[in-house]
Amino acid sequence: MQIVWEYRQLLLGGVRITLIVTVLAAVVAVLMSFASGLARESRHRILRVPAIIYVELFRGTSLLAQLFWLFFVLPSFGIELPALACGVLAIGLCNGAYGSEIVRGALRSVPRGQREAAIALNYSPAQSFRLIVLPQAARVMAPLFGSLFIEILKASSLVSLITLPDLTFQAKNIILVHLNTTAVLSTVLVVYFVIALFISGGAQRIERALSRGVDHTAG
Amino acid sequence: MMPMVRFENVTKRFGATVVLDAFDFEAARGEKVVLIGPSGSGKSTLLRMLMTLERIDAGMVMIDGEALWYVRDGADVEPVTQAHLHHMRAKVGMVFQHFNLFPHMTALQNVANAPRHVLGKPKAEAEALAEMLLRKVGLGDKLSSYPARLSGGQQQRVAIARAMAMEPKVMLFDEVTSALDPELVGEVLDVMRALSVERDLTMLIVTHQMGVARALADRVCFFEKGAIVEQGPPEQVIDDPVHARTQSFLRAVRLT
Amino acid sequence: MEFSFDLLWEILPQLLRATVVTIEATLAGFAISLIVGLVMVSGMRARQRWLRFLSRFAMEFLRATPLLVQVYFLFFVLPGFGITLSPFLTGVTALGLHYGAYAAEAYRAGLESVPRGQWEAAVSLNYSRLAAYRHIVLPQALPPIVPSLGNIAISMLKDTPILAAVTVTELMFVANEIGSERFQYTEPVTAAALIYLVLSLAAAPLINFIDRRLRPEETRA
Repeated sequence: MQIVWEYRQLLLGGVRITLIVTVLAAVVAVLMSFASGLARESRHRILRVPAIIYVELFRGTSLLAQLFWLFFVLPSFGIELPALACGVLAIGLCNGAYGSEIVRGALRSVPRGQREAAIALNYSPAQSFRLIVLPQAARVMAPLFGSLFIEILKASSLVSLITLPDLTFQAKNIILVHLNTTAVLSTVLVVYFVIALFISGGAQRIERALSRGVDHTAG
Repeated sequence: MMPMVRFENVTKRFGATVVLDAFDFEAARGEKVVLIGPSGSGKSTLLRMLMTLERIDAGMVMIDGEALWYVRDGADVEPVTQAHLHHMRAKVGMVFQHFNLFPHMTALQNVANAPRHVLGKPKAEAEALAEMLLRKVGLGDKLSSYPARLSGGQQQRVAIARAMAMEPKVMLFDEVTSALDPELVGEVLDVMRALSVERDLTMLIVTHQMGVARALADRVCFFEKGAIVEQGPPEQVIDDPVHARTQSFLRAVRLT
Repeated sequence: MEFSFDLLWEILPQLLRATVVTIEATLAGFAISLIVGLVMVSGMRARQRWLRFLSRFAMEFLRATPLLVQVYFLFFVLPGFGITLSPFLTGVTALGLHYGAYAAEAYRAGLESVPRGQWEAAVSLNYSRLAAYRHIVLPQALPPIVPSLGNIAISMLKDTPILAAVTVTELMFVANEIGSERFQYTEPVTAAALIYLVLSLAAAPLINFIDRRLRPEETRA
């Protein structure tokens, strides 16, 4: 464990990058999830078709291929993004395509009677969505987005392959200089696990706050 | 006098099934009409069309002298607009078989939310109104309970208060006691009976329970296959039906 | 900048050979994950508390940490304990362990989807625990598990590029190598991405087909 202590500054710097990539990519993913999830439920083809193409394309190709594409190929089209932007965009866009399904499923999970009651009470479509459908869908979404954020955290390790000095990158660097690797890699795994615990703990708290008073077994 | 609700020559299909075929119906202002008949006979569809939950395929539905789905513009009929639907829905309230309370709101919020956000009443006023209505239906002690903590009968009473808070001219009750345990039917029926005292409130009630019909109806309509086979005061239609179909339906219902 | 189809044509055989490695790694990893998942879910349903806890913890830990770091762990740490695996075997083992945790979750969800009443009926008819699993529970639990396992297989396919980090010569590794040799990334990386797309699009109907074959008569649409 001495080696971990010796390199603590380096590793902590790596944790910082890991957190930055995770948070920014999560923001991109949430935005894309809602944009594409709502667009796919739209009545208009002009909104539905691009959303379907986005989801299929980013779910069908490998995240690492997307990451490499942004990092290695895009510059030859004259667009040179910094490594951080490549990482955040690739991870955010790819996971947004998965999040699209979360948003869609959650919206569909709200019973039809809820929308009918909103019509009967003369809510406008926008009010019905904001006041009735969304709060109920959010309850379904919270734990699923929690899992998605953990996938994003894990995916953030891939930015080490495009030279971004995150936790995995630093661990790999230390390994290359030293022979004793067990301590470093075990520590890194535990650090990821702890961050993931924080994420799922947070998601649980949000879910509990959203389902205040609501008994899942009834009504 | 102009009828409150009027169906003229209305046709409604679900795919190949014709639910209503050139259907005519009228209810006067303040009239309490109970619709009975076998399931699938078009009773609930009639209510759902009045609430704009189902469109009509042909004909005309009028509420309070105004066309529901089409705006008359001289001799022409124009497609309906959101603004017109909003205007028309303000006249109608509905109570559902499965309550459809909003699970993420307390009883008070369920009743106060629409007056606040749809009618634009200040929060305090909307909540005072909600509290008054909930007291009226006997739930003054359940203001801050969530629907999941309420019995079916209590949930349905909240739903009635919620609909009444919008001050509709027509109230629709779609099998509101069918999903309730038998011992809970009475409390909901009491609330409905109290409502029926309001002389200007038109009530259309779909039910399978003859007790409900007897207690509330000015007129009972027996439906079959999208048409009214027999109608009249409850003591006539329920106790002394003329039509053979009505007789056999009532026999079947009494057995359950 | 333009896309050179000549170059694409030239490197295509190399890429396709690497695609075979990718498919092999996916299938081998999937086979391992099915077994790992079975062991974990058995542990999670065991009578011993400590075993249930341990299995649960292993599942949560494997699912919450990055596959890439798990691959490094096996690659750099195991030799220290005298276990030296080839890069391919290391990568496939890591894939199998990582997705085994997901498979365990799929098994668990499938088993829990069988209503309690089915167990009670089996007990009332005096089935043994094993017989109840075999004749009553598993036939009902399996159909909902199949689509989940299919998704796991597709996810694994798309995660095989991570094995490139320990020099497994799969598709992404080869594409990257071509790119760095020729200073020309556009064709190899784009082609690799498209090959993944084709493979996962082809996998979906295959899984649907298997799913339909396994689904009992009464639930077929």
